[in-house]
Amino acid sequence: MNAITDDTNEIGKIRSILEQVNDPEVPVLSVIDLGIVREIKPSGEEIEIIITPTYSGCPAMDVISLNIKMALLAEGYKKVTVKNVLSPAWTTDWMTERGKQKLKEYGIAPPNIKQQVCNHEEFEADEAVQCPHCNSYHTQRVSEFGSTACKALYKCLDCKEPFDYFKCH
Amino acid sequence: MLKQQSLIDFTLHHADNTLILAQRNAEWCGHGPILEQDIAITNISLDLLGQARNFYQYAAQLLNEGETGGDTVTEDTLAYHRTEREFKNCLLVEQPNGDWGQTILRQFLFSTYQYLLYTALQKSNDEQLVAIAAKGLKETTYHRRWSSEWVIRLGDGTEESRERMLHAIEELWMYSGELFMPAEYEISAAEKGFGVDVSSLKNEWMQKVNAVFEEATLPVPEKTFFQKGGKEGKHTEHLGYILTELQYMQKTYPGAEW
Repeated sequence: MNAITDDTNEIGKIRSILEQVNDPEVPVLSVIDLGIVREIKPSGEEIEIIITPTYSGCPAMDVISLNIKMALLAEGYKKVTVKNVLSPAWTTDWMTERGKQKLKEYGIAPPNIKQQVCNHEEFEADEAVQCPHCNSYHTQRVSEFGSTACKALYKCLDCKEPFDYFKCH
Repeated sequence: MLKQQSLIDFTLHHADNTLILAQRNAEWCGHGPILEQDIAITNISLDLLGQARNFYQYAAQLLNEGETGGDTVTEDTLAYHRTEREFKNCLLVEQPNGDWGQTILRQFLFSTYQYLLYTALQKSNDEQLVAIAAKGLKETTYHRRWSSEWVIRLGDGTEESRERMLHAIEELWMYSGELFMPAEYEISAAEKGFGVDVSSLKNEWMQKVNAVFEEATLPVPEKTFFQKGGKEGKHTEHLGYILTELQYMQKTYPGAEW
């Protein structure tokens, strides 16, 4: 087996460990689902994980770094460093399809695809957001900002349920 | 001005702008007019605080590289240990919250500027500034839209809300000009290619403000004497009070961690 396949196997193994590390604020999503793990660099017993924040002020980043470290140390890796980089800036397009599915099942509307929306001019119509409960598009934005930086508040005009929308970013 | 010095000052200026406005907006926590808007203004505060941290961390790194090569300067020492005269934020962000209309207008004037600034910074020759601005731009886009909608809602709302917006314009307009009057380090920053010539942003800013004010049926003040000085550390009385609160813990219990 050559070094490249060794690394590929190792990265796959680390990835599956990171799939068990959840976002503390949206606990149905793993850091892999969220798309914030940008690079996994194994080198012998040392690993470097590169992550990027969702929002500049995301207060979960320190906890996420710590949890990644703990999970890998528990699996026997000796030296783990987690590095935070800003560029390229995170986008919800990096969220996995599985992640979006899990969000919906949890009751949070998953982000729309960026190319379809993300026009933030003030006089533009709101994007169509699907209700995660009854699948209706007959919904209305209540507030651009929600319980965490990454979410907005919506309500469904058909089933009348309020819900969080994971903002397209 | 040496490149390194102007880069540090330029970075600190933007760090201070975002920190002070974050602190002001955070004063609304638990006091917003309705729950959703309380959450909105504190979300904006959090975004700005995050941007401030990115700028401070970068400034700390530059300062440490320049001096001892150690790690004596941190984002925290920059935020908590500097005095009023060392803060380089513009006067607009330190103005009191006033009523909701005043807070909204301050945010609108600033976010409209910040949107143009971060867009222009994408062409900076400094990689880290590009990264911080690219990240911040997405957030600022939301802030701009949200505050624009509120300016329209209040300006073209009831008699009462319109009165309040007119009052807010009277209170704040005089501080808007400083955004486009470059300090020495901003001129140097623009010349060296990592900064932005802020005076060049004014026209587009005016167009944006005009469009929203028109929709809001609010008058754009024709001529005003603009206050300045914040960028060079000469502040209104308000900054001292903000820092007294913000720095209280670190001044009382130096180095305290929890």
